[in-house]
Amino acid sequence: MTATLAHPDLRSSATPRVRLAAEQVRLAYGEHVVVDGLDLELTDGSFTAIVGPNGCGKSTLLRALGRLLRPTSGQVVLDGRPIAKTPTREVARVLGMLPQTPIAPEGLTVADLVARGRHPHQSWLRQWSRDDEDVVAEALRWTDMEEFADRPVDALSGGQRQRAWISMALAQGTDLLLLDEPTTYLDLSHQIDVLELVARLHAERGRTVAVVLHDLNLAARYAHRLVAMKDGVVVAAGTPAEVLTEQLLADVFDLEARVITDPVSGTPMVVPVRRLR
Amino acid sequence: MTSTITTRGPGVRTDRRRTVRVGPFSGVVRTRQLLLPVVALVVLVLVSAVSLGRGDYPIGLGDVLRTLVGLGDPTQQFIVTELRAPRIVVGVLVGLALGLSGALIQTFARNPLASPDTLGINAGASAAAVGVIVLGGGSGAAAGLLGGLGLPLAALLGGLLVALLIFALAWRGGVDGYRLVLVGVGLSAVGFALVDWLLTRSDITEAAAATVWLTGSLNARTWDQAWPLGLALAVLLPVALALSRQLGVLQFGDDTARALGVRVGATQAVVVLVSVALAAAAVAAAGPVQFVALVVPQVAVRLAGGSRPPLLASALLGAVLVVGADLLARTVLPVALPVGIVTAVVGAPYLLWLLVRGRRSITA
Repeated sequence: MTATLAHPDLRSSATPRVRLAAEQVRLAYGEHVVVDGLDLELTDGSFTAIVGPNGCGKSTLLRALGRLLRPTSGQVVLDGRPIAKTPTREVARVLGMLPQTPIAPEGLTVADLVARGRHPHQSWLRQWSRDDEDVVAEALRWTDMEEFADRPVDALSGGQRQRAWISMALAQGTDLLLLDEPTTYLDLSHQIDVLELVARLHAERGRTVAVVLHDLNLAARYAHRLVAMKDGVVVAAGTPAEVLTEQLLADVFDLEARVITDPVSGTPMVVPVRRLR
Repeated sequence: MTSTITTRGPGVRTDRRRTVRVGPFSGVVRTRQLLLPVVALVVLVLVSAVSLGRGDYPIGLGDVLRTLVGLGDPTQQFIVTELRAPRIVVGVLVGLALGLSGALIQTFARNPLASPDTLGINAGASAAAVGVIVLGGGSGAAAGLLGGLGLPLAALLGGLLVALLIFALAWRGGVDGYRLVLVGVGLSAVGFALVDWLLTRSDITEAAAATVWLTGSLNARTWDQAWPLGLALAVLLPVALALSRQLGVLQFGDDTARALGVRVGATQAVVVLVSVALAAAAVAAAGPVQFVALVVPQVAVRLAGGSRPPLLASALLGAVLVVGADLLARTVLPVALPVGIVTAVVGAPYLLWLLVRGRRSITA
């Protein structure tokens, strides 16, 4: 467990390659512009947490990075190629994305859910290859979901359900994984459980991960890089220690707070005092 | 039980899932989902054969089957192939089209209330057809044009027109299932209001003819109605079956489907168009046979298991329901009723029974 808490930067010697980048993106829902002229780069093997107050555009940004939302100007680039010009199936073999509250159809079993992760690798002729079978079995085992394989997804608890979805994302076999608030509606111990799983995906399976999180202390503990957003703009980006300062908390969250050192992980820890203004 | 999983795939422990790999093909077969279409097909053949034998001149089941393979006597041959077969074939085709149409639109909309009945396809087709019946005798230029097109063609155009309207009104860079249902309900009300208005303007014989058509009937069907519908099915059924994998992923919602590499907008458009085209073609052949497209996919998903209505089984069960209801209407009941009444009377209680008995709520 402690191994996943440490921050071994395995690729510190060479400059890591940029895998996914937002270049001057403008994101809007109809008339309402949420993000304007934003730049962000996710490098190979990085673990990034995007944080910010409600409505700051962090989920919108993640949706754009995962090509679920098309920028009205600017572009998202995946491995040097504009994502909008790459066939969506091809993208789905490299980039996985879990939306905030994914829907599972009633009656679908966990095994079927995880198997659906293989969709981008399948065709009409090749619907269930030996590869698919092995990868799905491995994904179930790796997420400790084997014993639930035949259970309907809707009969699972919140924490188990989130594990099942992460298992599906694992079965998709993508290098990059975007997660939109994977800990929403979970109690603290299940939040830890899910984030441990994501951290293992990063550390043991070499996945490049970006995750939108609300809990700053958990974000600081698990991610190696924090991106703080406010009003559609990146206010600060860097290591948790660089980003989580008392000044930034005041600027971004309107929060007076002390920042101390987490006694368990040594990462910064926010102790709120009161809301400013 | 790790070894079981790695060698046979997840889910096999309950023996409902089998992996099939032949040459370059690989897939998963679920026993119940494979069995249901086979059983439905057998039942369909039997019910059809019984139905072919019933009438003013009864023919035994053996003789019917003999006639079908070309070994019957000339009289029976004429009665079966010329008089009765077109009715049964139209019934089979209408059932196939409606069952498939309902399964497609319900899966797409993730809403069991979505069906050609509720989306106004039937209403549009009905308004156009009643227009032909009522105004057909009139002298107006428009009436003459409509009359010349013929009733089935008018119904087809009416259905497709409503489909286009639904699409235009519900489209927001993609089609949301809930919005689609609401738009459909609105258009359906408009269509049936138009039908009522036409009926109040018509004389009593026209109104009677229109009313029979409006309940959906297989009376006096000929090969002329069977061919266009058969052709539509020959084209649209393979398209629908080819979409099956994408439909399975669309069920997870637009975001997840897109994340899994499905071209959501394009797939949705094809699904909806195939579904409404099937429904419009069916209505053109037999009138708006109510309830088949609504009830059959829900029955099929309960019999087959799984998370969505199975396409092929829904089509075949639709055919069983229409042909079976027609057989009931013609033989068991003291008065010969149009098939549309019987499909509603038989279909509705069966769905209610499944709902009361089953643990699961309604599923699209």
